[in-house]
Amino acid sequence: MTVTWYIVLSAVLFAIGAGGVLIRRSPLVILLCLELMLNAGNLALVAFSRAHGNAEGQVFALIVMVVAACEVVVGLGLIVAMFRRRLPLNVDELRGLKG
Amino acid sequence: MIYVAFFAGAIGAVGGAVAVIAMRNPFYSVLALVIHLVSLAGLFLLLYAQFIAAAQIVVYAGAVMVLYVFVAAYVGGQEEPLWEPIPGQRLLAPLLAAALLVELAIAIIGTGLSALDSDGPTLPGGFGTPDQIGNLLLERFLIVFESASMLLLVAAVGAVTLAARSRSRADDDRTEEPA
Repeated sequence: MTVTWYIVLSAVLFAIGAGGVLIRRSPLVILLCLELMLNAGNLALVAFSRAHGNAEGQVFALIVMVVAACEVVVGLGLIVAMFRRRLPLNVDELRGLKG
Repeated sequence: MIYVAFFAGAIGAVGGAVAVIAMRNPFYSVLALVIHLVSLAGLFLLLYAQFIAAAQIVVYAGAVMVLYVFVAAYVGGQEEPLWEPIPGQRLLAPLLAAALLVELAIAIIGTGLSALDSDGPTLPGGFGTPDQIGNLLLERFLIVFESASMLLLVAAVGAVTLAARSRSRADDDRTEEPA
């Protein structure tokens, strides 16, 4: 099982996540798609760590997980705040900052 | 045997990822993401990253997904409207994603990294165990570790500030009026 398989799989997962961000309009699902992309990055990091026999890539993956958790917490806080203010939960209708 | 495990994990991961963007109800999307994360944890085990796999299941598939489920339940299972604000979005978005995939594939296949075409070096015992990761985190990457804890604190405070009900009723009334 060469490492290339894992890297290609991570590319596929990243592309699916990017497609999801482009196609979906609910902020909750867009956050989920961001998770997909971050996890694809994690898979690539762990695969490279295996390829080089060096565990530092795994530490990097762990830190990426921490950053992803922060992003989730802030994103979900924003969604709850939007819901409380009766704003539409649709990224195309939230165009108050559009130039 | 390892091929069977890899393809089982890969099918689970890709299937879960597709289901996340295909489900119209956000609640089912969250459940599909749990399948994706568990399959990915299996792949991490194949790559000798035991600690990352365990953290993935406990932190991600456990804690973070519960947070998602709570918010999905709080906001309500709102299905997306079918109208398209941007003409052709449904057609263009998959095309752009496919273009990204082709680009990444060309980059991977065209790379000269010889390590990618091997199974990787024989690993010493204890590779990727909590023992080794903990040693790295607390010695070589101590500053990274501490800044991660600061980041988590800031994110927690920020989320509470964002989502908390405002103190004064007047503020709420003003924001609830249609703009």
